[in-house]
Amino acid sequence: MTAIPRETPVPVSAGTNADGLAEDARRERWQMFGLCSPALLLVGLVVFIPVGWLFWLSFFDAQGALTFENYERMWGSRSYIRTFQTTFEISFIVTGACVLMGYPLAYMLSQLPQRAAGICMIFVILPFWTSLLVRTYAWLVLLQRQGLINTWMIDLGIIDEPLRLVHNFTGTVIGMVHILLPFLVLPLFAAMKSIDRDYLKAASNLGASPTRAFWQVFFPLSLPGLFAGVVLVFVLCLGFYVTPALLGGGKTIMWAMRIETSVNLYANWGAASALGVVLLIVTLGLLYVLNKAFRLDKIMAGPR
Amino acid sequence: MGIRDSFGWALGAAAAGAIAVASPALAEDSVTFASWGGSLQEAQRKALMNPAEEALGITIREDTTNGIADVRAQVLANAVKWDITEQGSNTCVILKSEGRIEPLDYSVIDTTGVNPAVVDSHWIGVLYYSTVIGWNTDKFGDDGPQTWADFWDVEKFPGARAMYAKPYYNLEAALMADGVPMDQVYDVLSTDEGLDRAFAKLEEIKPHVAVWWRSGAQSAQLIKDGEVDMISIWNGRISSAIDDGASAALTFNQGVMDFDCLVVPKGAPNKQLAMKVINEFLKADNQANLPQYITYGPTNEAAFDTGKISPEVADAVNSSPQNAKNQLVLKSDFYIGKIDELQERFDEMIQE
Repeated sequence: MTAIPRETPVPVSAGTNADGLAEDARRERWQMFGLCSPALLLVGLVVFIPVGWLFWLSFFDAQGALTFENYERMWGSRSYIRTFQTTFEISFIVTGACVLMGYPLAYMLSQLPQRAAGICMIFVILPFWTSLLVRTYAWLVLLQRQGLINTWMIDLGIIDEPLRLVHNFTGTVIGMVHILLPFLVLPLFAAMKSIDRDYLKAASNLGASPTRAFWQVFFPLSLPGLFAGVVLVFVLCLGFYVTPALLGGGKTIMWAMRIETSVNLYANWGAASALGVVLLIVTLGLLYVLNKAFRLDKIMAGPR
Repeated sequence: MGIRDSFGWALGAAAAGAIAVASPALAEDSVTFASWGGSLQEAQRKALMNPAEEALGITIREDTTNGIADVRAQVLANAVKWDITEQGSNTCVILKSEGRIEPLDYSVIDTTGVNPAVVDSHWIGVLYYSTVIGWNTDKFGDDGPQTWADFWDVEKFPGARAMYAKPYYNLEAALMADGVPMDQVYDVLSTDEGLDRAFAKLEEIKPHVAVWWRSGAQSAQLIKDGEVDMISIWNGRISSAIDDGASAALTFNQGVMDFDCLVVPKGAPNKQLAMKVINEFLKADNQANLPQYITYGPTNEAAFDTGKISPEVADAVNSSPQNAKNQLVLKSDFYIGKIDELQERFDEMIQE
């Protein structure tokens, strides 16, 4: 009641006040930085130093001489280019499938009553507690020629010949979508949960149909969570090893498998690290372009 | 500062003391042996490791290897934890040329009876294994494919196939399927035209290869689960699968025989003892134990004279004279120096 609005001009002390505030802000920034520093130091130690070292190694051959051969090898070979294509093809398809399946799932979870959502969420998180290898083998049991799915479908008379569901591109995609789905659902669910239902009520109040209210109000507000999930899934896809190695039948070769081959084939780490460097740079480049194209920074910043 | 320094020093001294106390006991009493795991290593535990432990009064600790990269990594990082490891014949040759393995001490290792072809200054063969044709008996009964030409014949033997995801054995098999006599395989393969011919032949079977397998365990699983009807597979793996009840059979005809060897990584902690253990592993009497547990053959041929290997067991062992005569012996020299190039060409071919 007696509060003085901040904007009240106090001409005499304005400069002093501003200086004081600026000083406070500066001090606070340093304090915050001090609090962050253990984490920053850790990130620096365990991320930047090894990655930098990897980068460095990739320019040396087995004898320790400076060389570009580790990179040249990639341009010349169709096999590397094919692997590169496969890796990105799979990553795009898996990410797309995760969005198509994960968005409705996360939406449903966010609209359920607390208790029901909690129970359903357990089913989403449950796979996280199971080893990746076990889940991958489980798909082998389901999808293989004499696996459950083919046997059932043949017994039911739906198909005559077993379908080739695994040991190929299809099997790899199925296995990866299953493993990566929670990585999309979790951030998306969190974002959806934080959307105030009143916005939707206001939209209907103003005459929007439920569909229109969803697309014009809810969907844009859920985008930060969606993009966080998409980036997470996509980047994880690019480095996948176990699932394509077991479900790809040797025909679907992804970048990480190629790195493993290089470690075995060449006497120097440089050959394998060059592959890692290329993947890292292409991924960063792609994220940069996406960021520019879709203004992810604006979206990710969220509503203010 | 002074306090911190002396604290650090005390810690260091304590650690050094602990090592000084602990290491002689470790060094004298145990070695670490890394083999390939699975049914093979279980067999080696019973056939080779137990008798060696008893004879030398030591403990053999086990680890498993995935191949050449493990040895390179340990030696490069100066953190060698294995005293002995079993590697494929090609790998042994490569590791020697890279200077990553110790020379073997033949004043300790007695090579009497061991085939001289598998004895080298830095490695010694410990067992023979073969890549053979195996098939699903539910599908083909006892009349499965008997030659690589049969394996390639999709009219006579329709069905899904599986092959190894590396050029080894496959290039040889392709040429044999294309009608090259066994004793001329490497002569043909050494020429550019011959190599092209092998790859062209592989290209022919590719649409029928459901899986290019990457590990021994995977290959055994494929035949056990009936995922494929026909497979090129290591004989010990398919024999073990058959013993476990898989409906499968194999033929040694046109198999490709190769060997595994023992090496001591450079800087191994218990080098001296490792030599004694290798000596035990190669004794005819211990070598004769191996075929009782897995169908891989002893490199010490005197093992067949010990009376331990019954005629039935010998029939199942890949290197017994009656089986060896129908097989091609893999020529490592062909691969040395061009594995990378061959592997890349091969990968390009099998990729979808």
